[in-house]
Amino acid sequence: MKNQVPLLITFIAGFVMVLQYFIPHWPFSDLQGLFNNWFLIIMVFAMILGIGNLLKLHLGKLQKKASGWWYSIVLITGFAIVFGAGMIWGVESGSPFDWFYFNVNLPMSSTMFALLAFFVASASYRAFRARTPEATLLLISAIIVMLSRVPLGNYVWDKLPLVGDWIMGSPNMAGQRAIMIGIALGVVSTSLRILLGIERTYLSGK
Amino acid sequence: MLLLFLSFVQQYPADSAEPPAPPVNVVARDKANDAGGNIVLNWQLSGDDGAGTRSVTEYRIERSVPDSDSFVVVGTANKGVSQFVDAGAANGVEYVYRIFACALDKRSAPAISNAAAARAQWFHTGRVSMLIAVIIFSSLVMWFISQAKKGRALYIRPIAGLEAVDDAVGRATEMGKSIMYIPGILDMDDIQTIASVIILGKVARKAAQYETPILVPCTRSLVMSAAQETVKEACVDAGRPDIYDPARVSYLTDDQFGYAAGVDGMMLREKPGAIFYMGAFYAESLILAETGHSTGAIQIAGTAMPSQLPFFVTACDYTLIGEELFAASAYLSREPLLLGSLKGQDWGKALILLILAAGVLMASLGFNRLAEWLAVG
Amino acid sequence: MKLTERLERIDRRVIFLIIFLAVAGPLIMPIGLKIEVSEPVQIFYDAVNDLLPGSRVLVSADYDPASMPEVYPMNEALVHHLFSKDIQIIGLGLWPQGIPLNQAAMERAAQVHGKEYGKDFVNLGYKAGGIVVISALAENILQTFPADYAGRPIAELEIMKGVRNLDNIDLIVSLSAGDPGVREWIMIAQGRYRKRVSGGVTAVSAPAFYPYLNAGQLKGLIGGMKGAAEYEKLVERSGTASRGMDAQSIAHGVIIFFIVIANVFYLIGRRSRK
Repeated sequence: MKNQVPLLITFIAGFVMVLQYFIPHWPFSDLQGLFNNWFLIIMVFAMILGIGNLLKLHLGKLQKKASGWWYSIVLITGFAIVFGAGMIWGVESGSPFDWFYFNVNLPMSSTMFALLAFFVASASYRAFRARTPEATLLLISAIIVMLSRVPLGNYVWDKLPLVGDWIMGSPNMAGQRAIMIGIALGVVSTSLRILLGIERTYLSGK
Repeated sequence: MLLLFLSFVQQYPADSAEPPAPPVNVVARDKANDAGGNIVLNWQLSGDDGAGTRSVTEYRIERSVPDSDSFVVVGTANKGVSQFVDAGAANGVEYVYRIFACALDKRSAPAISNAAAARAQWFHTGRVSMLIAVIIFSSLVMWFISQAKKGRALYIRPIAGLEAVDDAVGRATEMGKSIMYIPGILDMDDIQTIASVIILGKVARKAAQYETPILVPCTRSLVMSAAQETVKEACVDAGRPDIYDPARVSYLTDDQFGYAAGVDGMMLREKPGAIFYMGAFYAESLILAETGHSTGAIQIAGTAMPSQLPFFVTACDYTLIGEELFAASAYLSREPLLLGSLKGQDWGKALILLILAAGVLMASLGFNRLAEWLAVG
Repeated sequence: MKLTERLERIDRRVIFLIIFLAVAGPLIMPIGLKIEVSEPVQIFYDAVNDLLPGSRVLVSADYDPASMPEVYPMNEALVHHLFSKDIQIIGLGLWPQGIPLNQAAMERAAQVHGKEYGKDFVNLGYKAGGIVVISALAENILQTFPADYAGRPIAELEIMKGVRNLDNIDLIVSLSAGDPGVREWIMIAQGRYRKRVSGGVTAVSAPAFYPYLNAGQLKGLIGGMKGAAEYEKLVERSGTASRGMDAQSIAHGVIIFFIVIANVFYLIGRRSRK
C-alpha cells in the first residue's frame, strides 16, 4: 500500500501530462496550469523542508559538541541574520539583504567559480596526454579551439578562429547531437519505466 | 503676399493633415490547435506604413460586440506588424474586426475583416509525427519487456564504469574509509537525479552489506528526502537497519558553489575511499572531481550533461557517458523487466538512425517532405 | 624518480601560482588585444538590433554571482543596447540570484538612457519551477507573476498594458549559467510556443547549444566572456568582458603551454621506459 499509492499518482499524473500534449481542448488545456501551480506550491514546502533539516542537523551538532561545532554557530548565525534582514527590510535594492547579497554572497560565489581556472590547468596538465591516436586528435583540436576562442588566436594565425568555428560547428555538433539523441532515448525509456511502475527504486530503495 | 500664401495653404493642405491609407485584405480566422479563445488577424500593411509625412505609428484593432452595432478596442499592433492575436474571444461567437492605421492625430478609414469564431480543438494536428513516435517507441519497449518476462535472455554489453562499482565499494571497505555519493545538483523533477537516486539504492545496499558508512550531501531538500528513504531501505534490505544514520544523508544548500564548497570541505575532512558523482552537474563538476582526486579516492562519475563529460573523463577513474547513466539501474540489478526496456531503447535508436539516414538522403536530393512532416508544431 | 617523471607529477600549487600570475598580470597591465566578432554573436546582435522601437523583450537572468564575470557583461551590454533602441524590457529570472544582478544592470542603463521603472522596464522577480514557470508564462504572465520582485502589483504598470502572455513578447533572451536556462526556454518557449529565443551562456556550456543555433531554434548565441567582449564591441561599449580578454588570452596560452610541456615529458618518459 505504501508503494502502490505513489505509483498510482505517478501513473495518472504522467499519463494525463502526455495526453494534454496532444489534446488542446478543455479540460486538458487547463491541467498543465493546474499541475504547474501544485508543483510550485510543493517547491515552496520543499524549501522549508531543506531549511528544517539543515537547522536540525547543526543544532544537533551544537548540542553534542560534535567536531567542528563552531562552524554550526557560523551557519546558524548567518542564516538568522540574512533571513531576519530579508523579513524586516525586504529584498529591494539598497536593503540590508541586498547589501549582504552583493558584499558577502557575490564575492564568495565568484571565488568558488574562479577556482575552476586553477583546476582546469592542473587537470589538463595531469591528464591530457597523447596516449592513443584518438587522444592525440582530441589534444590537437582542444588546443585549436582554446586558441581560437580568445583574441590571441588571431595573432597566431588569422584563419584560426574559422578553424575553431568549424570544429565547434561540425565535428563537435555532430558528437553533441549523437549524445543528445542517446540521452533523449534514455530519458524516454526511463520515464516510461517510471510511469509504468517498473522502476520504483526512487520511491523506496527496492 | 500674405493673403496669397494663406489661400495657397488652404488650397493645398499639408500631407500630414490627411489620414493615412487603411490596411488591406484583413483576414480573421480561428487559431489552430489551441483550447479556443484566440482569433488570428492578418492584414497587408497600409501604403503609408514606413515612410512619408502620413507615416503610420500603429494599428488599432477593434472587435464587434455581438448583437449590437458597436465595436470595442482589443489592442494595438506596432507599425510594420501585420498580425495580431485576439486572445479574449469567446468560443463559438462570431466576431467581425476592423483595423485602423493611425498616424500622429489622424486615423485611416477602417478595414473590415470577415466574420470568424474561436474554437477549441480535440487534437493537435501539428503533433501527429510525435504521437506516432511515442506509440512506436513505447510499443518497442513494452514488447521487449514482455519478452523478458517470458524469460528470453537479453545480452547487454559490459559497461566498465558499472563493473567498477563493486570494486570501488570493496576498496573503500578494505581501506576502512567511507563512501561519498553525490546525486548531482538538480531537483527530483530532473530525470538524471531520479536515475542517480536509483543507482544510490544499489550502491547503498552494497555499502550496507560491507558495513561501510555512506555519506550523501544533497543540494535539494526533495532529493535529500528521497535519498534518505533510499539509503534506509537499502540498509534494511541488507539486514543492517542499525547502520543507517540520517545525519549522513543531509541537505547542504541550493546554491551551486556554496554546495561545491561544502562538499569539497567534507571530502578533505572525511577522505572517503570512493566517490560517486551521478546525476546532473554544471561548472562545479571539475571543482568536485579535482578535489576528490587530490584525496586519492577512486572516483566514478556518470552524467548526461555533455559539457561536463570532458571534466569527469579527465579527473575520474570511470565515467558513465550519457545514456549509460540511465542504463545503470537495469545493469546493476539485472532485473529482466528493466533489461527489456533497455533493449527496446536500443531498437528505438536503430529506428532513429534509419530515419536520420533517410532524411539526410532526401534533403540532399532536394525533398524536404520528411523533415517537414517530422517537425513538431 | 627521473626528472621527466618528477616534472610530470609536479606539485599542483606551482601550476596554480603560474595561472594566478597569468591572469593577474594582464588585468593590472592590459595589452589591448584586438577582438573579432564571431557569427553566433553577430546573429544575436542582429536579432536584437532588428527589433522596432516600442518592442518588448523578455530578459531572463538565469545565472548567479558565481558566473557573473562571464554573464553579467552580456546583461549590461544587452540592456544598454535595448534601451538605446527604445525597446521595453521585462526582466525576470529562473535563478533567484539572477534577479538583483539583472536589476542592477537595468537600473544603471536606465540612468544613462533616461528610462523609467514601470514604464520602460520592469523586474518580475524569481519563481521556482524552471520549465513549469516558462509554460505558465506562455499561458498568462500576470497570473504567474502578479507582483514584481519587490512585491508591487504589476497589473497597474504602464509597461504591462496589453501584455497577456509570451505572444506579446517580441524576443526572449535568456542569460544562463546552467539549467533552468536557455535550454528550457528553447524547449518550451521556442519548441512548444514558437517564440524567438536568443541566448547568452557560459563558455563551458556553449558547445552544447550549437545544435540549436544551427537548427535556427536559437537566434544567436553569446558564449562566455569572449562572446560578451564581441557583443560589447558591436554595441560600442567597453565593458569588463573586453578588459578581461587579455587575461583570458594569456591564461589559455599558459594552459596550452602546460599541456604541451606535460606531453613532451610524457613522450620522453615513455620512450625511456621502453
